[in-house]
Amino acid sequence: MIVASSASSVQTKNKIPRIVFIGQPNTGKSTFFNTVTKSNAGVANWPGLTVDFMQANLDNNGKTYEFVDLPGIYDLEGFTEDELVVQKFLENYNFDLIVCVINASQIDRQILMPLQVQRLGLPCVLMLNMADEVKRFGVKINTKELSETLNMPVFTISAKYGSGCVLAIQGIWDKLQTIDDSYKCSDIANFFRSNKVTDNDMDEVCKIGVEMPSEDVTTFSNRLDSILLNRVVGLPIFFISMLAVFLAIWFVGMPLQDPVGNFTDWLQGAAIEPSLSFLPKGFSDFIINGPYAGFAALLGFVPLVAFFFVVMTALEDSGYLSRAAYLMDALMRAAGLDGRGFVLQLFGFGCNVPAIMGTRTIRSKTQRLLSILIIPFALCSARLQVFVFFLGIILPGIVGGFALWLLYIISFVVAFVLAMIFNLSGQFKSKDPFVIELPPYRTPTFKQVALNVWSEMTTFVRNLAIFMIIGTCITWYLTNYPGGAEGMNTYAGRIGTFFQPLMAPLGINPLLTVSLIIGFVAKEVQLAAVATMYGLGEGSDALKTTLGGVITFRQGFSYCLFSLLYVPCLTTVATIWGETKSARFTIFSVTVSMVVAWVVAFGFYQSWGLIFS
Amino acid sequence: MTTQLTLSDLDVSDGTAMVVDVVSDGSQIGDGFRDRLIAMGLRKGKTVKVLRKAPAGDPYQVRVGSTTEIAIRKTEAKLVLISKS
Repeated sequence: MIVASSASSVQTKNKIPRIVFIGQPNTGKSTFFNTVTKSNAGVANWPGLTVDFMQANLDNNGKTYEFVDLPGIYDLEGFTEDELVVQKFLENYNFDLIVCVINASQIDRQILMPLQVQRLGLPCVLMLNMADEVKRFGVKINTKELSETLNMPVFTISAKYGSGCVLAIQGIWDKLQTIDDSYKCSDIANFFRSNKVTDNDMDEVCKIGVEMPSEDVTTFSNRLDSILLNRVVGLPIFFISMLAVFLAIWFVGMPLQDPVGNFTDWLQGAAIEPSLSFLPKGFSDFIINGPYAGFAALLGFVPLVAFFFVVMTALEDSGYLSRAAYLMDALMRAAGLDGRGFVLQLFGFGCNVPAIMGTRTIRSKTQRLLSILIIPFALCSARLQVFVFFLGIILPGIVGGFALWLLYIISFVVAFVLAMIFNLSGQFKSKDPFVIELPPYRTPTFKQVALNVWSEMTTFVRNLAIFMIIGTCITWYLTNYPGGAEGMNTYAGRIGTFFQPLMAPLGINPLLTVSLIIGFVAKEVQLAAVATMYGLGEGSDALKTTLGGVITFRQGFSYCLFSLLYVPCLTTVATIWGETKSARFTIFSVTVSMVVAWVVAFGFYQSWGLIFS
Repeated sequence: MTTQLTLSDLDVSDGTAMVVDVVSDGSQIGDGFRDRLIAMGLRKGKTVKVLRKAPAGDPYQVRVGSTTEIAIRKTEAKLVLISKS
């Protein structure tokens, strides 16, 4: 076997040896990483790389080692975003050992990456994961032969159920003892252009130690697919199960917010207010209604978002989400998205924030951005509260219910049409082929779901805390200053008045304009703002009567349309920024939603006026 | 002279076929497509079998070899040249 030394060079030994995990997506690589690092990993930011990944330091025999989990990729030589990140990492950071994790039941094609690592001349330990599926499929692998052919230690594990992991981890430590150097690659893509791992190379290795089962077996997944992917009942089953998910988020996820709200209220009354009593009134008022309110609002989101991720992770792990993408692909193609985009849009009806985070599963960057751009138009549960209140005033009774249903339709149609337009513009044209794996159905384990949700939630709070706090501080300032001002005399009120030329054509008065500005922080506070501006209790009958007297249906519905389509909330904006790391895109997204909201509300208000006056 | 069959021509009733080649238009993106398809297991000598087609007739659910199943759009399936057994 030729080892081209040009691709990797020996470096001075790292003080802290670095162990790098690589492998294809959906191989259980990250699950194994969590097992090795005992779930102590945190997200780390590497200079020069656009993607964060997990990293952990572990001690063994009084020495510290660093473990890094690189993104799952199909091919070391490719040029998708993730593949470039992995190449860049291996080219810029010295490392000591590669741990390659593959789904052993698909060893006939997954053998590619171990061969590529071997060709680069890098020290590697190979993990044959999914031992349980290997057995079920009847794949036979002679690990001893394989290890000799590849010249690297090979271990059979089941990261999901833990079997074989103790031995495998010991194998990593043992291998590390034998390595005296650190390594670094140079121009991996170029190296493989002249040293490609061919079909023949893969077949050679598999011929020696691997026996694949017959191509004609009917597995349990095949039988399940014949119902769930059936041409007639497949789609209805999908819609019913999505409805069930949505109802679960509605009836379980949303009520979870109340106890957190009660807790933060209680904490404020019992601990924060008393402990700030030595401060001047204005200052303690600022802390409570500025930074603390922002933090409390973020915390209030946590149970809902966490619950959402529990459902999402379980669905993803079960293999059904890939099937949903298969079922819905044809419709979404018209908008330049694929089936996955539909699932995310649907989840956006629960809450936009986790749906935007969920776009990580989309591998093409342009397509992911397009999804992120349209998710904020999904009518989330927070906006629903605003509509239930306003529709109750302008359209009492059953008609209001229909109007609400209409808003849901408008929400999806606007998102879909916008995606179509942006797709036609070419800017967000997907460069990714639509080929996705349909893994066998799997039972999600509690451990896997819990680990994933925990890591998502810590990222969520850490990334967003600062945004929420700054946002509520600004709102507090705008609604309380200049000193002694109230209502329309505050800066917020003045801004409302300032925007009148823009908002009057939509039938939205200055008081409601202010509520929209405050609603930018969170839709939950938008109703509170309406109450404050009118000087009446939130949700009180007096407020309803007053509004009913001053707001016509035409004005009220225009207000609802604007609320539906403009920037959903600060948390969403912060998430867009956190996920894209692009201020330009974030500003673009905010601008698009403002323009769309204005145009739609304007169109409705003016045409209604023309027709019925 | 028959035209070259591709995976997009394959029907559920046709059973198993053999991959002959995976083509690219020669562009970098085209090469990237091909490499992705190959990484998914669609390489020369492997068997493919269309298990079913989505309600709209596209994409296809395809078994590659014995243990890999994928969803692939017709447009991408056209890049996979096959021969019926």
